[in-house]
Amino acid sequence: MATSRRGANPPSLSKCPSGIQGLDEVTFGGLPRGRPTLICGGAGCGKTLLAMEFLYRGAIEFHEPGVFMAFEEKQKDLEENFASLGFNLAALIKRKQLAIDHVYIERTEIEETGEYDLEGLFVRLASAIDSIGAKRVVLDTIEALFSGLSNEIILRSELRRLFRWLKDRGVTAIVTGEKGDHLLTKHGLEEYVADCVIHLDHRVQDQLAIRRLKIIKYRGSRHGTNEYPFLIGENGISIYPLTSLLLAGRAYSRRISSGIEGLDDMFEGKGYYEASVILISGWAGTGKTSFGAQFVDSACRRGLRALYFAFEEAPGQLLRNMRSIGMDLKSWTDQGLLRIAAARVTFCGLEMHLVTAHEEVRRFKPQVVVIDPISTLTGAGQSDEAKSMLMRLLDFLKNEGITVLMTDLSPLGVRGEGRDLCVSSLSDTWIDLSMETRGHTRKRRLTILKSRGMKHAQETMDLLITDAGLRVKAIAAEKED
Amino acid sequence: MRPAEFRLVLYVAGATPKSIEAFANLKKICEEYLKGKYAIEVVDLLKNPTLAKGDQIVAIPTLVRKLPAPLKKIIGDLSNTEKVLVGLNIIGKGAR
Repeated sequence: MATSRRGANPPSLSKCPSGIQGLDEVTFGGLPRGRPTLICGGAGCGKTLLAMEFLYRGAIEFHEPGVFMAFEEKQKDLEENFASLGFNLAALIKRKQLAIDHVYIERTEIEETGEYDLEGLFVRLASAIDSIGAKRVVLDTIEALFSGLSNEIILRSELRRLFRWLKDRGVTAIVTGEKGDHLLTKHGLEEYVADCVIHLDHRVQDQLAIRRLKIIKYRGSRHGTNEYPFLIGENGISIYPLTSLLLAGRAYSRRISSGIEGLDDMFEGKGYYEASVILISGWAGTGKTSFGAQFVDSACRRGLRALYFAFEEAPGQLLRNMRSIGMDLKSWTDQGLLRIAAARVTFCGLEMHLVTAHEEVRRFKPQVVVIDPISTLTGAGQSDEAKSMLMRLLDFLKNEGITVLMTDLSPLGVRGEGRDLCVSSLSDTWIDLSMETRGHTRKRRLTILKSRGMKHAQETMDLLITDAGLRVKAIAAEKED
Repeated sequence: MRPAEFRLVLYVAGATPKSIEAFANLKKICEEYLKGKYAIEVVDLLKNPTLAKGDQIVAIPTLVRKLPAPLKKIIGDLSNTEKVLVGLNIIGKGAR
């Protein structure tokens, strides 16, 4: 990956892990400890969330209590907003792991006459820090002072003093700032924060909202220089670092059965590689979903945990359909070995699909994952974007040692290798399903287009869907009619 | 003695020159315009830091008019008598 090469970490630079999914990877360890970091970006870009999650994870994962000084939202509003992300702020406050102080300045009730300073703010911050022994502090967003108070000269010199004071206290701080027209922040906060500046961005492209994070500077540390997509999901922020970070994954040599009679024989008699990606492409009605279900069924039969992403069918429908070809998936879901995650299609976009996938995997810890179909994902976003997101998801799964089977609906008229399939390069094994009309019947055919690292069979075979599941066999000599 | 019509709280943080000046200015103004009708309480936030939250104190010194309602705040050393009088609603804007 591209990194800033200006010097390796000096030993003196200590880092404070944020605990936020992916952020510590792109910052090589976290935010500068004992120093302020500026998080800037437009309205709704996720600044407040990132800042609060920093405190939340700090308290829960690193036993570092935190103070949240809120200039825009009341404590009650923050508690309610974050409850929807599963962050129980009230409990943290009760356990003295978090303190929230809402600072509110109503300009209309304030008259200014003569000299003043912001010692009141310092006193409040100090008192909040001391009350819980805070190691982390968030000021969100201190720029509100500029709209509450009119003497900019005093404000600026007091801000300078505040940032020095934060450093002297040795707290790791996040200061948020609203995006300005010409500057990173409306009031040029970047002038006071020299150590680390992170920019968040929220763009809509092809009607699809995409969030990105970029580290603008990080003094004394190398850091990723790319724009990293990030998602806001049920458990907060997830930042997706570049794939190469994860490619250190092991190469597996163990095999896993396809679960389909006759198919393992085509893969050296042993089936797929574990922790590989298997792509099943084909037109509608060629048996792709049954293929995935059969894989899951055979995995559960051997006691493996399987997660099935059904992007087009409701779980009940899938269970019924598979029962009709002899698979009792319900017994696996009842035993807790199988989870069918049905995500509602496209309107929530690629971002949500991927975040759902990530969180389901983290929660369920499957050994086998089926994504049915990925066309829903690639169709939901601009294709480059979709490809890179899908790539990250697959890398994540492989890195976890999970075997992935994904189905892909070929557009009508385009088949197999003829299709410019961006996903083909992401898969280790590619099986194409098709239909051939023989006389008055349509027959399903199966061809292995590729399978990395093994000598697979080259023949096109018959794929039969029977009352007892799928079966692959050599094409019978047929009488011409 | 009947309760004061004007209940004023002056927030300071230690005996800084600005705070001392603010108190002196306030005392003078009150004696001149509100004689017998006022009460001043001085809160030192260095001694009682938790009190800053309740009245939303950010700047020091801050004078808070608790009574009569509505709540009013004047920040600074109170060196401009007219602004203080306007801020406390003792005289209307532009009365002088």
